[in-house]
Amino acid sequence: MGIIVNGESLELNQRIETVEDLLGHLQLKKKSLIVEHNQTILKMEQHDKAKVTEGDRFEIVHFVGGG
Amino acid sequence: MLVDNRYSRQILFDPIGEKGQECIQNSHVLIIGVGALGSSSSEMLVRAGVGTITLMDRDYVEESNLQRQQLFTEADVENKTPKVIAAKNRLQKINSQTKIDAQLTDAGVEELEAIVPDVDVVIDATDNFDTRLIINDVCQKYHTPWIYGACVASYGVTFTVLPDETPCLQCIMDHIPSDGATCDTVGIISPTVQKVVAHQVTEVLKLLTGNTEALSGKLVAFDLWKNQQMELEVASLKDDSCPSCVKKIYPNLDYQSQLKTAVLCGRNTVQIRAGKHRNFHFDDFKMHLKQTNLINYLENPYLISFEINEFRVVVFHDGRTLIHGTKNIQEAKKIYYRFVG
Repeated sequence: MGIIVNGESLELNQRIETVEDLLGHLQLKKKSLIVEHNQTILKMEQHDKAKVTEGDRFEIVHFVGGG
Repeated sequence: MLVDNRYSRQILFDPIGEKGQECIQNSHVLIIGVGALGSSSSEMLVRAGVGTITLMDRDYVEESNLQRQQLFTEADVENKTPKVIAAKNRLQKINSQTKIDAQLTDAGVEELEAIVPDVDVVIDATDNFDTRLIINDVCQKYHTPWIYGACVASYGVTFTVLPDETPCLQCIMDHIPSDGATCDTVGIISPTVQKVVAHQVTEVLKLLTGNTEALSGKLVAFDLWKNQQMELEVASLKDDSCPSCVKKIYPNLDYQSQLKTAVLCGRNTVQIRAGKHRNFHFDDFKMHLKQTNLINYLENPYLISFEINEFRVVVFHDGRTLIHGTKNIQEAKKIYYRFVG
């Protein structure tokens, strides 16, 4: 399955069903971040319900502390 | 001549013009934190002709700052000059017309409540979320816009918080895992700083000159090394029951008068700050210390620094203390009680 994350194509070979799975795959689980899924912002509690499908576009933005 | 010509290129820029320049010169901007982000934004704003700038920072200049904190020099490292003082000296040479108010202090509730009502906009140039949440609530309380900015490695993020319009930081933080933000252990390159500041200062210029329709309205993030740029429309995260921006309870302003400790991210340092009512007498403390045989003792008008075993202790005028060489709060407290309080 092919998706786009932050403008870059990503081919997923593993079985990934939800956004939660995707974040786990990208090693971003439990990080302070916001996910936009096909131009809709997901709230945290939606991560394990939102399904990942072919061609989906994601924007993932982290909150960092440094300055 | 100098005055006539000084801002000519900025006045030629149509959205600003003569009128905008006058607004800029009558404005007051608060910059919280004078590290990498604060050095850069203060220099840009001083050059732009902002009337008054208040700088607030708790720290002094260290060698590892020089790679990206553009206002500081090797002499500042040697003298352990507080960042706000070193910054003010440099900024005043760049533009003697701007009034610089340098506040050597930790940006706490009390300190912010004393200044935020007087300023037009607040720039977040801090390095931690505890302070950002306090900034968020103080700015909501006094209806002041503030601009979140942060960076690590080649990644940066910024968002302009407008009271009663955009979601506030509390709204946003409620929707993301709260395990804390990425720590400063991955380093940083200086272009990352400049790009965050470019966004922050542009937003400030829009606000100061009344060009609010030009504000970004989006959460902006980028990774310079990976060539990525993200912009998220986050209006949907505005929480109708947010205690900070809707219910106006301001949970982050709850003041506890006990000793406050903080482990400073990525620095192997603990900061200790006495409670509100404790009086600290710097001169008495200095006299007392001089009777002890301390290694690498240094004093300047703002602080005292000395070493004890594997720790370096820095005590500021108001009693605020940094214990370098540990991340352990209990261990740091032990040293604090032994020497300071």
